[in-house]
Amino acid sequence: MPNQEYKKIAEYLVDAEVGKREVIKVTAEIKPDLTVEEGYLVQKELVGIKLAEGRRIVGPKMGLTSQAKMKQMKVDEPIYGYVFDYMLIEDGGSLPLHELIHPKVEAEIAFLIGEDITGPGVTGAHVLAKTEYVLPALEIIDSRYENFNFTLPDVIADNASTSRVVFGTSLKKPEQLELDLIGATLSINGEIKDLGAGAAVLGHPANSIAMLANMLARKGEKVRKGDVILTGALTGASMLTVGDFVSGKFDGLGEVTFTVKE
Amino acid sequence: MGPKIKHYAAQLSVAELSGIGVLPITSDNAEITIEEAYQIQLENIKRKVGNGQKIVGKKIGLTSLAMQRLLGVDEPDYGHLLDSMVVENGGKVLIEKVLQPKVEAEIAFVLKEELRGPNVTGIDVIKATDYIVPALEIVDSRIKDWKIKLPDTVADNASSGFYVLGGKPARLSEIDLELIGMVLTKNGEVSNTGVGAAALGNPINCVAWLANRLADFDISLKKGEVILSGALSAAVEAQAGDSFTARFAHIGHVSVHF
Repeated sequence: MPNQEYKKIAEYLVDAEVGKREVIKVTAEIKPDLTVEEGYLVQKELVGIKLAEGRRIVGPKMGLTSQAKMKQMKVDEPIYGYVFDYMLIEDGGSLPLHELIHPKVEAEIAFLIGEDITGPGVTGAHVLAKTEYVLPALEIIDSRYENFNFTLPDVIADNASTSRVVFGTSLKKPEQLELDLIGATLSINGEIKDLGAGAAVLGHPANSIAMLANMLARKGEKVRKGDVILTGALTGASMLTVGDFVSGKFDGLGEVTFTVKE
Repeated sequence: MGPKIKHYAAQLSVAELSGIGVLPITSDNAEITIEEAYQIQLENIKRKVGNGQKIVGKKIGLTSLAMQRLLGVDEPDYGHLLDSMVVENGGKVLIEKVLQPKVEAEIAFVLKEELRGPNVTGIDVIKATDYIVPALEIVDSRIKDWKIKLPDTVADNASSGFYVLGGKPARLSEIDLELIGMVLTKNGEVSNTGVGAAALGNPINCVAWLANRLADFDISLKKGEVILSGALSAAVEAQAGDSFTARFAHIGHVSVHF
């Protein structure tokens, strides 16, 4: 398939994001035989469109990092997408619901990378050695597809459902924490919606970035110094509605909050 | 009701000894109340104590919203821990001693003062706690195929089987139990993860609930007793040859083999 076709699909998805409307998945009609590799080629075009608009990449984000989600999608490798500057919300800030389609929130641990990490052969230990800080985060995912109904190539093309991110302000050196044993709770209006520990992310959140570095290496790319990377959800995803006060609490990493506005 | 209490208690006792599960009590008698179910539990505990076993603590069950929903209840339940249920850390549970075991990871409290309800609060629990340790509970049901309703599990000593204490004893002042993380592995693979908040928002709340509930029976939690405060994650089925380890933030790990 020529690049022009990937770009068309990317524009279809960007239009859905900008127009705040859900669309039919790519594999339903536009390209039923879309492969995982082609999904990433669409994503590359989508990233290119945003960069051409003057957006800046904050860092990659990992998806499908839990056993449950991998089983559900029948995959043995996570996926990645990219977080852009316009997606950031201040800790304690507000999320305007009218900007999104059908957002859900998840609690995650983010890594601020101190040195380039080049695969293949990267392990979790390598990642920890090259991590400057870890910090808590709430990720707001918002698939552009109807009812979050998609195949693996669809969600990859859709930038892994990336939508908004709230980073916490409590930064810790990774050696100060046992990241696989950090407990986190996700509450909405004071009621715990879900919870989990760091090991829910591929056994250890650092493993998630190791897999990212190894996946990027297959394309001649790497994890870069200065990237802030979302490693994957510790909890299930909860639906959001106007008026919700959302809080993620992390053992040793403090709390991250935001409010959902109209 | 007296003869019926004894009858159902004897049924459960036979099931435990023979290793053959029985039909739910609630399928034989849909009218049975929770209070009667606790009387059945106490009947069997009294008999065991009469035979020389010792009560060493209590366990709290149904502390997660998921479990409470599954059984259609809105409060936890409890059972008795006997010295015969103790397995050493890293030790073995003989498969012929259990019917249909599952493993749960929990926080165990060891008390340095008596806790007597009503009106016990979280602060009282903190003051009365000597230390906490990581625990694995091997739950088991004498009811065939785990087909339990609330009165069935209550009568069956809250589906208790065995328990293992491990790790390093820690003071409550050093740890935020609400956010303590746990990962449960079976044969080296992650089965699930959990957090203290899974047990009624905080394991401390579970112990306070128990002290207050026991006041209804004029029973207290005693100095030195072990309190298993409730599962931090879903129970995982165990078979002969399986090994389980739960690792907790701050307080170490605990293992058991089948």
